[in-house]
Amino acid sequence: MESDVLVVDDSAAIRKILQRVLRQTGMAIRSIHEAGDGEEALSVLGQHSVHLVLSDINMPKMDGLQLLASLKASAQWRNIPVVMITTEGGETKVAEAVKLGAAGYVRKPFTADQIKEKLVGILEPALPL
Amino acid sequence: MNLHSAIVQSITESAGNVFTTMLGSEIASGEVSIETTSPEPNDGVVSFIGIAGSWAGTGSISCSPALACRVCAAMLMTEATAVNEDVLDAVAELTNMIIGSVKTDLEHHLGPLGLSIPTVVFGRNFKTRSAATTEWINVRFDWDGEPLLIKMCLAPSDKAHAIHHGGGNQTCALEV
Repeated sequence: MESDVLVVDDSAAIRKILQRVLRQTGMAIRSIHEAGDGEEALSVLGQHSVHLVLSDINMPKMDGLQLLASLKASAQWRNIPVVMITTEGGETKVAEAVKLGAAGYVRKPFTADQIKEKLVGILEPALPL
Repeated sequence: MNLHSAIVQSITESAGNVFTTMLGSEIASGEVSIETTSPEPNDGVVSFIGIAGSWAGTGSISCSPALACRVCAAMLMTEATAVNEDVLDAVAELTNMIIGSVKTDLEHHLGPLGLSIPTVVFGRNFKTRSAATTEWINVRFDWDGEPLLIKMCLAPSDKAHAIHHGGGNQTCALEV
């Protein structure tokens, strides 16, 4: 099954990089949606079916931890895996994300292999041509 | 290791790691200096990010418009010939990753610290000033012949407040 992914980061640069990296992972990805903060992410989720959320933590308006908490409190979205991708390497933020139910954690700067490693078991690999 | 050395080492390692991982390129570190006077006027691109907690300060990256375009091109794998939104965003993210990594390293010594959203300025003949601190650690880098400057000022929050109101310069003087 092909999956739909939502990338949430206030940096357009990181959203573009993640678009490219996700296409390189070899996972079966149908569409990649983007949002610049947690509020925008909730709006996108209301309009599109999404199988995975990759989210930054430090963002204006609604940050990644608030977004994660909102998703886990929602009957509709609580089962969507959320992988945090952030410069925040501190134990406090990591522990909070894990406690809130994050499916994984990748620290910036990241490689394509690190992203792929986190997605194994969450997304299915693309069928060979 | 004192805090000054820890900051210099962390800036050097973080910049090298970010350039290798995100830009696919090596960057050479060079001169380290302390800036205690008002900085010279800037030309080009300057990005700032605030650090807050029991210690507070600012991390900054300065470079020429040409180098900023090269950062954007390498990071986004797209052509960039003039400073535009993509270029400013790429420099902001570069700052976020490098200073964010330094912040994480320093948390082992200083406890939890917070990071602000980066701000990028592009222009000519502008001056910058931190209201709280007068001493900056400057680490100069060379990326294929183009200079890039990473700066950081950091002081205990209560000291930063005292400095703001005319106290002495305590930045980075403590042993950790």
